[in-house]
Amino acid sequence: MDIKFYNEMYDAAGSLRPHYRAYADWLAATPPERIARKRAEADIAFHRVGITFAVYGEEAGKERLIPFDIIPRIIPSAEWLALQAGLRQRVKALNAFLHDIYHDQEILRAGHIPREQVLNNAQFRPEMMGVDVPAGIYAHIAGVDIVRAGEGESYVLEDNLRVPSGVSYMIEDRKMMMRLFPELFSRHKIAPVQHYPDLLLENLRTVAPQGVVDPTVVLLTPGAYNSAYFEHTFLAQQMGVELVEGRDLFVRDETVFMRTTQGPQRIDVIYRRLDDDFLDPLAFRKDSMLGVPGLLAAYRAGNVTLANAIGTGVADDKSIYPYVPEMVRFYLGEEPLLNNVPTYMLRKPGDLKYALEHLPELVVKEVHGAGGYGMLVGPASTKREIEDFRARIVAAPEKYIAQPTLALSNCPTFVESGVAPRHLDLRPFVLSGKGIDMVPGGLTRVALRAGSLVVNSSQGGGTKDTWVLEH
Amino acid sequence: MLSRTADHLYWMARLTERAENLARLLDVTHQMSLVPQSVAAENQNWGAILALNSLEEAFAKAYDEVNAENVLRFMVADAANPSSIYSCLRGARENAHAVRGTLTAETWESCNATWIELREQKFEQILSAGIGEFFDWVKLRSAVTRGVTFGTMLQDEALHFIRLGGLLERGDNTARILDVKYHVLGTTGEEGTTDFYQWGALLRSLSAFEVYRKVYRDVITPARVAELLMLRADMPRSLHACADGIVRALEHISNDHSAETDRRAGMLHAQLHYARIDDVLAHGLHEYLTDFMESIYALGEGISRDFLLPDA
Repeated sequence: MDIKFYNEMYDAAGSLRPHYRAYADWLAATPPERIARKRAEADIAFHRVGITFAVYGEEAGKERLIPFDIIPRIIPSAEWLALQAGLRQRVKALNAFLHDIYHDQEILRAGHIPREQVLNNAQFRPEMMGVDVPAGIYAHIAGVDIVRAGEGESYVLEDNLRVPSGVSYMIEDRKMMMRLFPELFSRHKIAPVQHYPDLLLENLRTVAPQGVVDPTVVLLTPGAYNSAYFEHTFLAQQMGVELVEGRDLFVRDETVFMRTTQGPQRIDVIYRRLDDDFLDPLAFRKDSMLGVPGLLAAYRAGNVTLANAIGTGVADDKSIYPYVPEMVRFYLGEEPLLNNVPTYMLRKPGDLKYALEHLPELVVKEVHGAGGYGMLVGPASTKREIEDFRARIVAAPEKYIAQPTLALSNCPTFVESGVAPRHLDLRPFVLSGKGIDMVPGGLTRVALRAGSLVVNSSQGGGTKDTWVLEH
Repeated sequence: MLSRTADHLYWMARLTERAENLARLLDVTHQMSLVPQSVAAENQNWGAILALNSLEEAFAKAYDEVNAENVLRFMVADAANPSSIYSCLRGARENAHAVRGTLTAETWESCNATWIELREQKFEQILSAGIGEFFDWVKLRSAVTRGVTFGTMLQDEALHFIRLGGLLERGDNTARILDVKYHVLGTTGEEGTTDFYQWGALLRSLSAFEVYRKVYRDVITPARVAELLMLRADMPRSLHACADGIVRALEHISNDHSAETDRRAGMLHAQLHYARIDDVLAHGLHEYLTDFMESIYALGEGISRDFLLPDA
């Protein structure tokens, strides 16, 4: 047992943590052949149902399975309640920040965040200035990445406020576990998660434009070649709403319609899984074939709601991340319940100097990067890789931030050689409408390579079912 | 429902049905080739399949000789031929994939499983296992997909578009099979047992051999075969039955600007409903079938314009 890292299942002395006892008893009593058979069964089922994701940079349209591990990540109730309170607080503050930034900019005037950090940010959308969105909600769906480094020591790694994905795996993982091992669910009181699509639809309906009584909601997808297309079809089907592409929609008189077999039908709420840049070729990228010409005008006129709003990226950008605790204090007058990872902003000469001196022990990320692409994990890199990265930092320090390498907690996981500890994180999905809602737990991602700290599915990560135990 | 969704459903059904009927056409040609005949005559029969699908040119570019193996390879497994069984089933799966949220899990999984199984078969394996077995597999997979579709899907617009696509394709394909085979059989001038086997093969390929016996209780004659496959409303693959179903499906989905398409479908149906086989044969079977195929084509255009790809 590796004692350097916090293990979700065993304590430092190697004894089982109480919330894993029932599972561990079951695992010990279950014949290995049955486990092996069930693992194979899971693989076949995931393939047949087509729960896959496309991988960028490989042959177009190629689909891969995300590996699924049958050892769940178990979270005791009290721990979840604390986490949930922290998430509510954080997302509330982030929405308040977005409203402020696109209206009076009080937080800038108060000097808590350097003005140019926000206004010169590529994710800041001047088109949104003065636009009022229903209920003042910008980030209707947030996927907040949380890691644990030690007992009671959780950190927010990223606030994903643009088009966070992965929630379909959370639900499919649960369905799979219930199908493979129904007996586990009678032994534990596990909080259900499968009602997430209902919750999402309810939230989307509450943020419809004013005066709309029975809103028509659609899910806008970039199309079948998008890496998360499975999730788009899954959520649209589960919510019972149309899955549309840009070409299915058109704008007339600042109102959005979809083309149906019975003629044009008005749209009130668009749950869009398309980045800002591609939404409207008249307003953003001219070459976008995926968007809807005139959508921004209809949106600004208040005739359609976009979830998430345009311009949320300015709040989850890595250069803004260090200021989130300040937002909590400024807008809510509270102390933040969730920790931020200490972050060196390499545009600052002092931070840059420190980082360059300590590269082998730091994680360096691109400010605008995502998905685990283009980052340096110092302790896991060769001298050569570190020197290559050093050159890139020196050339454009403002493009990078650095953070200490966290000792991410790990959890026993089936790998080729048997069961071994692997690092993991947690992405709860926080829904904001009239109130703030979430299903207990979230998506647990696990790095399958020994020692790896990168859990993204594009980098070979897998997933586990996440259990929040009820009393 | 979304026009694009309707379009995908419609084409999913058309391409599945097309693959099935192609298997039927190739099967009957294969079976007819088992009856003793000259090599030239046999190759002519295989060539007729290419002509029927206007594929002579595309075929000539890739193959040097029209014979059983080449035509089978081209029409069964050639990914470069958009009309091959391989391409049809790939297209059906792609269309299903685009609207998998509209389909029941069973329908999607059946369509996907067909494609996955097909992809794993090499043409050489198919040949050595017996091509007839492969055709049976295609027909079976089509039947399974149709069965889970009609057995599990809500009877709403989505299902009507699936039905419409399948029936349009089936009517067209029955007409094509009859046209090419009637022509070949009508001109051989051979009598007796050979003829019996040839007509028997044609009937079997359309699952109509036992039906024929049941309906006519008599020897097989060309006129009755034509009547059965064209005018009998109770024969599920006949032109009349297809037109029946098309009219019914259109009733469910008609909109503000589909009146002309409804009218044309009704007219086509009335013609088949009141036709007599003697008149059809006197008029010329080939001409009649050609008119029918043109009507089906025009109906398809009308459906696209009214429902699937509207301007506004």
